[in-house]
Amino acid sequence: MSLEPVNEVALPKRDASHTPRRVLVLGATSGIAEATTRIWAREGANLFLVGRNAQRVASVAADLKTRGAAYVDTAVADLDDVDGHPELLARAITSLGGLDVAYVAVGILGEQPTAEQDVNHALHILHTNLTVPVSLLTWLANFCVKQGRGTLAVLSSVAGDRGRKSNYVYGSSKAGLSAFLAGLRNRIDREGVTVLTIKPGPVKTGMTVNMKGSEKFADPNKVAEQIVSAVEKRKDVLYTPSIWALIMLVIRAIPERVFKGLNL
Amino acid sequence: MGTMQESPVLQHRGAPADEPPTRPHGDVDDQLIGEVPFRSWGRYPLYPAKLVSLNWQDDFPRVIQQNAGMPGGALAVGMGRSYGDSCLLKDGNLMVATGMNRLLSFDAASGLLTAEAGLTLAQLLDFAVPHGWFLPVSPGTKYVTLGGAVANDIHGKNHHLAGTFGSHVRRFTLVRSDGTQMECSPTENSDWYAATIGGLGLTGVITNISLQLKPIVSRFIDYEGIQFHGVDEFLALTEQYQHVEYTVSWVDVTSTGKNFARGIFMLGDHSKIPDKLTRSKDPKLVFPLDAPGAMLNSMTVAAFNTAFFHKQIKPRVRALQDYEPFFYPLDKVLHWNRMYGKSGLLQFQYAIPWESAREGTIAILNEVAKSGLASFLAVLKAFGDVPSPGMMSFPQPGITLALDFPIKPEKSFALFDRLAAMTLDYGGKLYPAKDARMTPAQFQKSYPEWQRFARYKDPLLSSSFWERVTQ
Ligand SMILES: Cc1cc2nc3c(=O)[nH]c(=O)nc-3n(C[C@H](O)[C@H](O)[C@H](O)COP(=O)(O)OP(=O)(O)OC[C@H]3O[C@@H](n4cnc5c(N)ncnc54)[C@H](O)[C@@H]3O)c2cc1C
Repeated sequence: MSLEPVNEVALPKRDASHTPRRVLVLGATSGIAEATTRIWAREGANLFLVGRNAQRVASVAADLKTRGAAYVDTAVADLDDVDGHPELLARAITSLGGLDVAYVAVGILGEQPTAEQDVNHALHILHTNLTVPVSLLTWLANFCVKQGRGTLAVLSSVAGDRGRKSNYVYGSSKAGLSAFLAGLRNRIDREGVTVLTIKPGPVKTGMTVNMKGSEKFADPNKVAEQIVSAVEKRKDVLYTPSIWALIMLVIRAIPERVFKGLNL
Repeated sequence: MGTMQESPVLQHRGAPADEPPTRPHGDVDDQLIGEVPFRSWGRYPLYPAKLVSLNWQDDFPRVIQQNAGMPGGALAVGMGRSYGDSCLLKDGNLMVATGMNRLLSFDAASGLLTAEAGLTLAQLLDFAVPHGWFLPVSPGTKYVTLGGAVANDIHGKNHHLAGTFGSHVRRFTLVRSDGTQMECSPTENSDWYAATIGGLGLTGVITNISLQLKPIVSRFIDYEGIQFHGVDEFLALTEQYQHVEYTVSWVDVTSTGKNFARGIFMLGDHSKIPDKLTRSKDPKLVFPLDAPGAMLNSMTVAAFNTAFFHKQIKPRVRALQDYEPFFYPLDKVLHWNRMYGKSGLLQFQYAIPWESAREGTIAILNEVAKSGLASFLAVLKAFGDVPSPGMMSFPQPGITLALDFPIKPEKSFALFDRLAAMTLDYGGKLYPAKDARMTPAQFQKSYPEWQRFARYKDPLLSSSFWERVTQ
C-alpha cells in the first residue's frame, strides 16, 4: 500500500481510491469508534489506535487487522495527560506516514449524582471531555492547516445541545466541545481542513438486545456507516441517527421557563 | 453503578439521550447494564437477574471473580437463544458476552478463525463468506454466539457428516472464577476441553475460540425438497441421501390418518459453481408486538401446516437457493418468538437412539397429534454417528425431533411431561438448550456422565437449569 498523500481536493463519491487512507483514532476502544473503524478497516485503511488499556487496544488492533486494515499501529496512553499529546501525535503521524482523518472519540459519561456533590469529579469530566480534545485538536488543526488538508472527526453529543438536570455536567463538557468545534471549523475550513461534529443518540449493541425498548435504539453499525459517510461528504455536523436533529430542534425550542420545570 | 447514569428505560420516557447505553467513547470500565430482564428465547421462565456486560478479555478474571463471588453466583450468557432456563440464573449475575465480538486472527489459506466468544455466527458469516469460508456447522438461527454454540455443542443439518459444532473447535481459552486461565484443545487440557463443549457454561467462561471453517465458492445452496408421507418414507429418504451434506425435514404434526407424519424432506449442498460471495443484507422485518395468545390456536396451526405442505405443489422441487433462507428461514423475522404472545413458547427436542427411533418417533408424533396442541415448527432429522467431543453433548446417533409449543401451563406442561417420559422409555434424552421442564431424575438418567461432569463445574457458576435438574 502506498503511503503517498492522495489528492483529496474533490471527494465526490465513495470508491476505494477515495476512502480515507490514514486514520488516527484517539479513544479507539470506545464502542462507536470501534464500529466505525471496523468499516475503515474493511476498506483497507491504515490505522493508528490510541487507548489507555494495553490489552484492549491490542484486541481492537487484532480485530481491525483481521478485518482487512492494511496497517495497524497502536499507542497506549492516558490522554488525560495533555503534556504528552504533542509527542504522541507526532509519533502517530510518523507511523502512519501522514494523516487523512483524525477521529477523536475520547470521553467519559461520569456520574451526575457524584458530580453534583464532588467538584473534583465534575472537573474530571470536564477535563477528559473538553480540555483533552481541545489540546489534541489544537495540535491536529495546526498540523492539518500546514499540510493544507485533512479531516477532524470528533464525537460530541446531543447532550451538549441543552443542559438538563440528569446529566448537565457531562452535557456542559459536550456543549463546550461543540462550541469549540464550531469555532475551529469557522477558522480552518477555508484552509482546506474539515471539522466534523458528531452527535449520536442512544445506540444498541449486541449486549443490549434483551433490554426493554432496545429495539428502538440505533444499530451501532448504522451509526458508524453514517459517520463514515459524513467524513467522506465532508459534513460539518452529523446527528446520528438523523432523527436526533429533529428531536434536538424541538428540545432546543422549548422556552427555558417551561424547560426548567420538566423532568429530563 | 459503574459509569451508566441513565437507564435506557428512562431514556425512553422521551428524555434526550446521548450515548449508547452500554459503552461510551473512551476507555471505560465494565458496567452494569441494569436490572432489566434477560430473556431466554422462549421467554419462559422469566427470572430477575443482574446483567453485567463482559466487553473485554481483560475483564477476566476480575469481573468473573467479582460477580461470581456475589450472592446468587454468576453465569456467562450470549444471545439468549436458548429456549428455557439454561441461559438464566435466578437472582444471580448474568455476564453478557456479546460485547466481546472481536476477530483475533484469520488464516485465509487454511480457514482457521480465532475470535472472541461473544461474536455471533451472523457477524462471523458477514466476515467469512466474502473470503470464501463458511460455518462448519450451523444451527437454525445465526443469532447465537460462539460461546453459546460451544456451551450447547450445537448441531446442524449436516450432523450426519460433520458431527457437532464442538468437533470443529480447535482450541479455546477457559477462565475459572478462581482466576485460573486454561488453553483447551483435544491435546491440551483435553478433559476440560471435553467438559466445556456441551458444558452449559458451567465449567468457566470461554473468552476466545479457534474454529475451523469450511471453504465455499458461492452463496448458493443446491436445494431439493421432497414430499414424504409417514416416518418410514422419511427414514428411506434419510438412508438414500446420507451422502448429501445438509438434510432436514419439516413434518406436519397436526394431521392424522392418511396424512399422519407427512412432511418435506429438504436437502442441499453448497453449490460448486463459483458465484457471488457477498455479505448478507440486514434483516428487515421485526415482529412488532406480543401477539394475543389466541393467534396461535390449533386451527391456525393446522391451516399453516396444510399450506406449508402444499406450498410445494410438486412432490419434488429443485432450486438454487441463497444460504440465508436455506439455513435461517426464521431469522428474516426478528423476534418471531413474540408471535407466541406474552406467555412464551417452549421447544421440546429429543434424541432417540436407532434401536427405538422409529417406534419412538411414531408414538410421540401420535401423542402430539392427539393432543391438538401442536406447533408448526416441527423439525425431524437423523443424527449421524460422528462422536461429539463433549462429555455432556446432546446429539447421539438416531432421530431427533424438535417441536415448538406455545405455553399454556395446564395443557402444554402435562403434554411435555408425557412426551419426556416417553422419550426416556425409548432410551432417548432431551436437549437442555430447549428445556425448562425436565425432572432431576430424567436428566440424571439420560445424562449419566453428569456426576463426572460436575467435578469440572466451576463452584461459583451456575444456571437455573443446573439448579433445577441436580437438586
Ligand atoms: C430459531 C432457533 C433455532 C435453533 N436451531 C438450533 C439448531 O438447529 N441446533 C441447535 O443445536 N440449537 C439450535 N438452537 C438453539 C441455540 O443454537 C442454542 O441455544 C445456542 O447455544 C444459543 O446461543 P446463545 O449465544 O444465544 O447462548 P445463550 O442461550 O445465551 O446461552 C447458552 C449457553 O451458553 C453458555 N455461554 C454463553 N456464552 C458463554 C461463554 N462465553 N462462556 C461460557 N459459556 C457461555 C450459557 O451459560 C448457556 O449455558 C436454536 C435456537 C433458535 C432460537
